[in-house]
Amino acid sequence: MSFPWARHYEPKAPFMRWMDEKLPLPRLIFNAVGAGYPVPRNLNYWWNFGVLAGFCLGLQIVTGVILAMHYAPNATVAFDSTEHIMRDVNWGWLLRYAHSNGASAFFVVLYIHIFRGFFYGSYKPPREMVWLLGVTIFLLAMATAFMGYVLPWGQMSFWGAKVITGLFSAIPFVGEPLQIWLLGGYAPDNAALNRFFSLHFLLPFVIAGFVILHIWALHIPGSSNPTGVEVKDESDTVPFHPYYTAKDGFGLGVFLIVYCLFVFFLPNYLGHADNYIPANPIATPAEIVPEWYFWPYYAILRSFTVALHVPFTNVTIIDAKLLGVTAMFSSILLWFFLPWLDRSPVRSGHYRPVFRKYFWLLVIDLLVLGYCGGKPAEEPFVMIAQIASAYYFLHFLVILPLVSAFERPEPLPFSITEAVLGSDKKAVLGENTSPAT
Amino acid sequence: MVRIIGFFVGLFFAVMALWAFGTGLYNQITSPPEKTAASVFHRQPRELRLSSDGWLGDWRGQDNEQLQRGFQVYKEVCSACHSLNHVAFRDLTEIGYSQAEVKAIAAGFMVPGVDPTTGEANLRPGTPTDYFPKPFANDIAARAANHNAIPPDLSLITKARDGGAAYVYSLITGFQPIPPELKKQFPDFDTPPGLYFNPYFANLNLAMPPPLRSNGQVEYKDGTNPTVDQMAKDVAAFLVWTAEPSLGKRHQTGFVVLGFLLFATVLAYLAKKQVWAENKQEFAVEESPRRKAA
Repeated sequence: MSFPWARHYEPKAPFMRWMDEKLPLPRLIFNAVGAGYPVPRNLNYWWNFGVLAGFCLGLQIVTGVILAMHYAPNATVAFDSTEHIMRDVNWGWLLRYAHSNGASAFFVVLYIHIFRGFFYGSYKPPREMVWLLGVTIFLLAMATAFMGYVLPWGQMSFWGAKVITGLFSAIPFVGEPLQIWLLGGYAPDNAALNRFFSLHFLLPFVIAGFVILHIWALHIPGSSNPTGVEVKDESDTVPFHPYYTAKDGFGLGVFLIVYCLFVFFLPNYLGHADNYIPANPIATPAEIVPEWYFWPYYAILRSFTVALHVPFTNVTIIDAKLLGVTAMFSSILLWFFLPWLDRSPVRSGHYRPVFRKYFWLLVIDLLVLGYCGGKPAEEPFVMIAQIASAYYFLHFLVILPLVSAFERPEPLPFSITEAVLGSDKKAVLGENTSPAT
Repeated sequence: MVRIIGFFVGLFFAVMALWAFGTGLYNQITSPPEKTAASVFHRQPRELRLSSDGWLGDWRGQDNEQLQRGFQVYKEVCSACHSLNHVAFRDLTEIGYSQAEVKAIAAGFMVPGVDPTTGEANLRPGTPTDYFPKPFANDIAARAANHNAIPPDLSLITKARDGGAAYVYSLITGFQPIPPELKKQFPDFDTPPGLYFNPYFANLNLAMPPPLRSNGQVEYKDGTNPTVDQMAKDVAAFLVWTAEPSLGKRHQTGFVVLGFLLFATVLAYLAKKQVWAENKQEFAVEESPRRKAA
């Protein structure tokens, strides 16, 4: 599961030797994120975001568990208990803002982590399973975040729950009963709030389980790197500790600065004013807008405004709502097929001139979709989103396979060492901690 | 196989999205959406400057004089119709009132209680641990007294409206006759009896009558001239405090946290630099055997 030159764990202290015999947990840590895990020496700062995502998950679990000690999942008092946390619980405002902005931070980090994967072809063999588990984590994170947003029981919580569970009602025949079953009633109420709270508490631990699988699957081939050239020799790697623990430490500092700017100075910037109004089933807000991290998919959902008819008749095959819902779910589910859609043998976008251009087009496309998804369902936003939605599907399902078939990649470096040093002489790093003079 | 199926699925979704785009464009050209009076004449809030504004807002303490004036406006004007559910009398110590003053203020409000001898519901003078009492017994009573509109709770109002304090300030000073241009453009537009025209309200007609009608409506103890504008500013400032009493403390804490993080991050950067100092150098000069063969 590792390279032959990986360092071996050798406990020195008697207690650690005793521990290693009874429960080799320190050995596991050593081999997973310690000096026993050889990592490509050329990882850039985009590779920090995996560790940051793990940090965000931990942050959300810790703040969330404490918030749950003070929150009351009951429709009559949920809103008031949130305000009780903000006003009467010691440092409750900090916990709540850390948690609500922590969700946003988690998604910023996840999006960057995923787009790092897109650009550097991290989803390609031999790391398909890492990718599949990662997409699963992303889907679970979305479900968790959605249910968490319902808990304060403000107007956006209530109407968001209504709209999102309403998506299931588009499914033919079973849709309506399915929505009622999901909500435990005809509209979101105490039953829905309670089960959302229960699942919101449970799912982060499911995510943590998938994170362990994700890291396990990653450690079998080892980390990818910006050249996309696989590790060939010991000179291509450095031990994870201290090299990447040091680099991740600095990355974590920068991340925390940005995160704390939001928590302490702009805590409501990413939220919606309407969620400070208690949930009211008889007053629909002027705009029902989800949290920002769902905007691109919300824009795709709203783009499909026309039903599919049998040509020249009025017979509907798929109505517009079902089409939008299918498109929205497909837009993420298609990521599962990415390793088989992009068959270019070259991983890294650095050496793929055509792919690289389309990659940046996708980034712009997703930003446009996000912008439109956060705006009211009016023109010109819907029309812009429709073009962007069309590109989104064309990118993954048409352009990417075609590009990977016809593109001529640029020459790759011989090895990671050559990419870093300009030439690959046998160089041993890590073992020789002092440079040869 | 995945690619062939994917190719057609991708084309299908793209065609449907573009078809929807075409339909939308056609509708937009043939029947452009009509403008409404609210879409043309609704105004963004006027500018309002408070000590709680911005990143430095209230970090060295609040303007307690203004908050106390604002509280007085709430108590003497707004509290007739608007509740303040999330604020307790004890909280008023945070805007500079002494314990004795808070006790006196609380005693001035009648709150729902229980008669200790008969057990029947009654009203008793408030104590510092009580919350501000609601002006109406329930939503139906509130609607009945206010042209079928429920006066919203004010504790969170500056967080619950876009524009925040500026919105509150603009709304309570924004009552005016319907402008002639509006009548010219939208002859059908009218303000129904019992409602009041206000361009800062989303649909322009508001069930709240102008609450601050004349200068001097409230008599300030600190000698500030109680103009309508001043009273509106003060109550907006007070409602910023009720929406988030911890705002000043939040900014204060934020600076300490950021200072620490900047310091720690510089250290982390230097540590990283030291650990990585050797990475770009070569340690052994021996040629790689594979490289020779290649």
